[in-house]
Amino acid sequence: MKIAVCIKQVPTREWQPRIDDARRGVREQDASFEMNEPDAYALEEALRLREKHGGEVVVCTAGPARASQVLREALARGADRGVHVEDERLSSISTDSFVVAGALADAMRDEQFDLVLTGLQSDDQGAAQTGVILAERLGLPHATIVMDVQVQEPAVRVKRELEGGWFQWVEMNLPALLTIQSGINQLRYATLKGIMAAKKKEIRKVVPASLPAARAAVTGLDVPRKTKETQVISGSPAEAAKALIAKLRDQARVIE
Amino acid sequence: MILVVAEQQRGKLHRASWEAVAAAQELAGNDSIEAIMLGASLTAAAAELGNAAIAAVHTIESPLLDPYTPDAFTEALHAAIVQLGPVHVILPHTYRTRDFAPKLAARMDRALITDCIGIKRGDAPTFLRPVFQGKIVAEVSAQGDRPHFVSVQIGAFRADDAKRGSVPAQVKSMSVPLDSASIRQKAEEPFQEAKQAVDLSQAERIVAVGRGIKAQEHISLVEKLAAALGAQLAASRPICDSGWLPMERQVGSSGQTVAPKLYVALGISGAIQHVVGMKGARTIVAVNKDADAPIFEIADYGIVGDLFEIVPAIIAELEKK
Repeated sequence: MKIAVCIKQVPTREWQPRIDDARRGVREQDASFEMNEPDAYALEEALRLREKHGGEVVVCTAGPARASQVLREALARGADRGVHVEDERLSSISTDSFVVAGALADAMRDEQFDLVLTGLQSDDQGAAQTGVILAERLGLPHATIVMDVQVQEPAVRVKRELEGGWFQWVEMNLPALLTIQSGINQLRYATLKGIMAAKKKEIRKVVPASLPAARAAVTGLDVPRKTKETQVISGSPAEAAKALIAKLRDQARVIE
Repeated sequence: MILVVAEQQRGKLHRASWEAVAAAQELAGNDSIEAIMLGASLTAAAAELGNAAIAAVHTIESPLLDPYTPDAFTEALHAAIVQLGPVHVILPHTYRTRDFAPKLAARMDRALITDCIGIKRGDAPTFLRPVFQGKIVAEVSAQGDRPHFVSVQIGAFRADDAKRGSVPAQVKSMSVPLDSASIRQKAEEPFQEAKQAVDLSQAERIVAVGRGIKAQEHISLVEKLAAALGAQLAASRPICDSGWLPMERQVGSSGQTVAPKLYVALGISGAIQHVVGMKGARTIVAVNKDADAPIFEIADYGIVGDLFEIVPAIIAELEKK
């Protein structure tokens, strides 16, 4: 089975982004980057599927030159080779999902993957769109927020997470695209042997002649505003409890 | 015209549909608003949504639309949108919307702005959405031809704010061509894994617990408070990761998104991953021993103190009645 995993390089969760003077972008100079966490689970799932069914795991990313780092990391964890759609414009905060998915689709189409996996959303923009748009651009059926993958060729059966503790099994023929929910498996980390082996693995660089048209433009950035005035209730536990319950009954009217 | 894509499951209207109506009303100005609903049997849910101050509720009923599949929904909505010609299409940012809306937008090659928390009205309206885990709010404008698709974060707009109409909206049955051969997913009936699985998004009151509870044996204290308040029990991610409460009770970006009337956060610091799931609550109470905990930034009522002293006192106060 030929499996692709789409991975995004994102700023680390701890990074506190600062808005630039034009209020259209963030200062990336002080950021450090990592593999988008949901994509790491997609990679792990792909490696497990390869162990079970054989084949090849190809990791793909669309991003500037620095994004090759997440491909190297994926290769160190066991992926076989990489595809890097490289364009400096793919680093901007205003790069929307249509651009990323379109650029990936153009680079991936000829590979004829049996299965394409990606995380359900990115930790930076969180649009939760790229995977599904990519499925449409590649002409593949898809399922999102997947918690279990069972390949039964020529089909794949997946367990989708719904809201409120509900799940659903969905089956579709391969080739297909799945977006993977965090926590589906236990992640492995790269071994020293894996890191050494990764150096010899191929990363195919694709420089797109042009990028698809963006469908969204960032017109401004701001920090979130505090919207509430907090009433701090003091006193002994008994006094505070009494005052709180009175306020919840008479002021907020949320209890009887 | 602004079209709201309402969501129903098993014939029951999803509460977030009202939130999408509220968002559409905020965006509308002089534009009219209509809604559309897809499924197998929609009479009751369509009638309920018809109480909103909207011009019409369109229904597309077909056995091919139940159970839900993204292929069938994309095909049906694509045809309906071409027929109805809206300027904006507003959807609640539910798991289902996340599953089909990007496909629909891609097929029509139209903008989709997801997870919006605010709208700035105008000839070319802009939409506010959180980025970088909620640390920054981006103002985004849609590019290209209309309609533009917009999904709104659960709890960002209030269902209560959706204006009701003086007369019920007309329910109009639509028929669109649907080809079973083009539906590539075979979906089974949804099921609940745990017997007592709860849909926290529908809860009126929630008591949630975080790391401050320290040990599993203390969960019973919080359960007691939930019972006294008539509330559902919820937790932040670390509590569920530790197995102290089941995953289905997790509130936050990787768990459920809730918008109850009352949310009591006990020993929860207020990390953004949790806050995005509960900030839509109407009244938030925070009890935390750290006065600088970010949870106090969004709380209506705050008590700085030891939850092991405060919670028993609250239970005692409630039992006095």
